[in-house]
Amino acid sequence: MKRIFLILSLVLLSASAYAKEAAPVAADEAVEKRMVAISDEMRCLVCQNESLSGSRAELAQDLRREIRTLIKQGKSDQEIMDFMVSRYGDFVRYRPPMNASTYLLWFGPFLLLVGAIVALVVYLRRRGGRVEETEASLLSAEERRQAENLMKQSGDKQ
Amino acid sequence: MKRFLIPLGLFFVLVGFLAWGLKPGYDPREIPSPLVGKPAPLFELPQLMQPEKKFSPADMKGKVWLLNVWASWCVSCRAEHPLLVSFAQQGNLPIVGLSYKEVRGGDNFKVPEIETAQSKAAELALGLQRAETWLRQHGNPYTLSVMDIDGRVGIDYGVYGVPETFLIDKNGVIRFKQSGPVTREVFDEKILPKVKELEKS
Repeated sequence: MKRIFLILSLVLLSASAYAKEAAPVAADEAVEKRMVAISDEMRCLVCQNESLSGSRAELAQDLRREIRTLIKQGKSDQEIMDFMVSRYGDFVRYRPPMNASTYLLWFGPFLLLVGAIVALVVYLRRRGGRVEETEASLLSAEERRQAENLMKQSGDKQ
Repeated sequence: MKRFLIPLGLFFVLVGFLAWGLKPGYDPREIPSPLVGKPAPLFELPQLMQPEKKFSPADMKGKVWLLNVWASWCVSCRAEHPLLVSFAQQGNLPIVGLSYKEVRGGDNFKVPEIETAQSKAAELALGLQRAETWLRQHGNPYTLSVMDIDGRVGIDYGVYGVPETFLIDKNGVIRFKQSGPVTREVFDEKILPKVKELEKS
């Protein structure tokens, strides 16, 4: 156990030793903060599972530089998003917009949910009917009374 | 018996979706360009063989042409290059090369933190030299090439990987985009039929 702990801590420590902080490129902190906030909402085109703010790909660096420039030009967040979308398409956005091609994406889960609820209700109704049927067919009224008596008796004993 | 049909049906639906994802030629990493059907973004960049001269897409008005994004450091460009050369020899249509980040895109180049006119000129000179050498070695399919040394024009064209190829019509509208190397099939089945159609109009 101790040994495993030692190995684990060594591995973890070495990982942190390799990770290097990226040097801040822009001196202006406000610009930098906005740039990070905006690029957090965007997908890197090269490593497509990373955000634009976190990617080390060269294109991501170029695009972050471009966003900085746009911020310094006084562009609003929306304008910067439009700038990117007009060049790379909706693919760059992490939040897909609502339009004809994404309705299924937005409402599909609710459709599935409604379908599942309908299926469940139908199934329960059918099963309910079947349970009643079997109950009715198994015992006659006389037998049922006897059975209830027996149950009562055993209940008294306890 | 009936209760087995439902899972079996679901299974086949799933198989259908998986087959769709595996169909040949489908690349899930490919990003459809929003630029197809829109006017090609304008730019003015120095030409490779005559850097004192500028080229703009407006110069190609009235022609159907290809814009091919390339770089000497780009490995896939080598794969498509012979095809471009033979295509150019057939004289089908003019191909303009966009040399994309020739210097800074390759290894061993650090972009200075503050770029000066001097550092830019030095980078351009190095880029011109590298691009020219590469074309001399591998053949030059381009009517002309322009130098997008900082990749700024590449951003306007939504370039996210080299090579990329755009087909632009007589009115300067982008009609087709190929991300990644152009292959014989893409040429014969996608580009050439479109070129014929566009040249008629």
